[in-house]
Amino acid sequence: MLDKRDIEPEAEEILPRAKTRRPPIESSHLAPAVRALEERARTVRLHILNMIHRAGSGHAGPSLSIADILVALYFARLRHDPKQPAWRDRDRLILSKGHAAPALYATLAEAGYFPVEDLLNLRRMESPLQGHPELGTPGVDVMSGSLGQGLSIANGIAMAGRLDGKTYRVYVLLGDGECDEGQVWEAAMTASHYKLENVVVIVDCNNMQSDGSTEQIKSKKPLAEKWKAFGWRVFEINGHDFYDILLTLDEALEVKGRPKAIIAHTVKGKGVSFMENNGDFHSGALSEQIFERASIELGHPVKSSGSERSR
Amino acid sequence: MRSVREEFGNTLVKMGATLDDLIVLNADLSRSTRTSKFAQRFPQRFFNVGVSEQDLMGMAAGLALEGKTVVAATFAIFAMRAWEQIRNSIARASLNVKIIVTHSGLSDHGDGASHQSIEDIAVMRGMPNMRVIVPADAVEAGMAIEAVLDIRGPFYVRLGRDAPEVFDGAYDFEVGRAKRLLDGEDVDIVAAGVMVSQALSAAKTLKAEGVRAGVLDMHTIKPLDRGSLLQSAKKMGAIITAEEHNVIGGLGSAVAEALAEELPTPVERVGIRDCFGESGGYEELLTKYGLTPEEIVKAAKRVIVRRR
Repeated sequence: MLDKRDIEPEAEEILPRAKTRRPPIESSHLAPAVRALEERARTVRLHILNMIHRAGSGHAGPSLSIADILVALYFARLRHDPKQPAWRDRDRLILSKGHAAPALYATLAEAGYFPVEDLLNLRRMESPLQGHPELGTPGVDVMSGSLGQGLSIANGIAMAGRLDGKTYRVYVLLGDGECDEGQVWEAAMTASHYKLENVVVIVDCNNMQSDGSTEQIKSKKPLAEKWKAFGWRVFEINGHDFYDILLTLDEALEVKGRPKAIIAHTVKGKGVSFMENNGDFHSGALSEQIFERASIELGHPVKSSGSERSR
Repeated sequence: MRSVREEFGNTLVKMGATLDDLIVLNADLSRSTRTSKFAQRFPQRFFNVGVSEQDLMGMAAGLALEGKTVVAATFAIFAMRAWEQIRNSIARASLNVKIIVTHSGLSDHGDGASHQSIEDIAVMRGMPNMRVIVPADAVEAGMAIEAVLDIRGPFYVRLGRDAPEVFDGAYDFEVGRAKRLLDGEDVDIVAAGVMVSQALSAAKTLKAEGVRAGVLDMHTIKPLDRGSLLQSAKKMGAIITAEEHNVIGGLGSAVAEALAEELPTPVERVGIRDCFGESGGYEELLTKYGLTPEEIVKAAKRVIVRRR
């Protein structure tokens, strides 16, 4: 059932034209907000490192690469209420790349879903902060951990919203390595077939996966064109530039009648020089020494023996 | 013979009228599974995800997370393709999804080994939070589907295509409570699915030979009705299991596990002997793979000798 509105002009760019019309950040009303988000993201990164250091294991690199996107969503764009995690009209966020759970937990704690002190219980027995997200943790909308499953679940949530006359949006954070999973593409087809316009995928495109670079392991290129070919409206952004993130999230919502994919170009391990693009920090323990060096780089040395209070 | 899948489709239509939040999902087999009946009656609450079972299970999870009662339907074997999605997207959070499958066991006889599901009970009952129901015929299938739609949480309901009629009409079906069909004195046949009807004919043959065999319809494989099973083991001292499934991991295993722990009792398992099926007539295949009243009779004679 193709109608005229579905046919895009042939010259449609992946990057929306609006981007070129943006005012420079200095003259934008968003400038103060962007500075506040940058500061918040720095705190979230410190939490992530402290949590993984204390837990003795966890995925530092993949968490650092999505910290800015999560902060932008929870502090500037999601319609949510930390006092009412089960609010029916809230926007949902699905961390399909569930191994980046420390970044989600740190952001949720900063947003007020639970005390920052609880972050130190990451991966402890009977703690709500399991190694990968489980239902029951305040602010966690969907469990995850096994890659490739989040988008199908998002489609179900969006379909339920449509049936119930709700206007909530469903954001899904995918990894680029995760795009190896066939289920991602099954779900991509479903979302465009059913015109699930409230689904927004953000691909954390850090060009690395567990065993090496995405080019070495299994090329995803051309990733933006793949999503486009599946019927999605595609945007590309710098996933560490808050101004770009915020404006693109807004632009994406203006597109009606189809799901949206934002390819966020990111750096694995972002924020700590020796972790950036370094596969050794995909997962594992962070020694005392490494943790202190990283904290100093983030401009906020945290004594790992003390409790982290950076608010 | 009566079509179990017709009953499936009819029951969904019946339940759809009262359950406003019932959603039915399908993976391009709505005609074969007869969920098309629901699609015709409630088009707004029916979604076809195409040939993608992993996506089917994930979408079911998403709808259930928002409070819907969801039926995810496909052939048994293709649901198993998404076993890990069922585990991680549905069972782990105990979501309200009913995975109702058709064409289980050898019942997709003509299509051959690729389409025959003989391991599904084993892998589904090994999953925490999952409950597993194997109805004996169309009537029991209808009752089982109504029952599971009324209980929150995940279920796996395993249907065949056609099954000989066991029940004339509805009875007080209850999940987790086995149905006694025939009282015995010497040995009990604990059966599920199409093998319930085979067990009843085996019992007739045995009676003519002087063996008083009972028949217990163990429609719920998990949670297993240990009470009824123990009663039977105490009274008879010998048990036969019969199922349209590999003898590894299914009803026979569940029964043997329970008895080993509570009251070690000689057991003979009638089922497929750890091999794949093939194309052929349904009756032909049931005979070749040992799923017949005759095999049950032989097993009865073996187990009586070993009686406790």
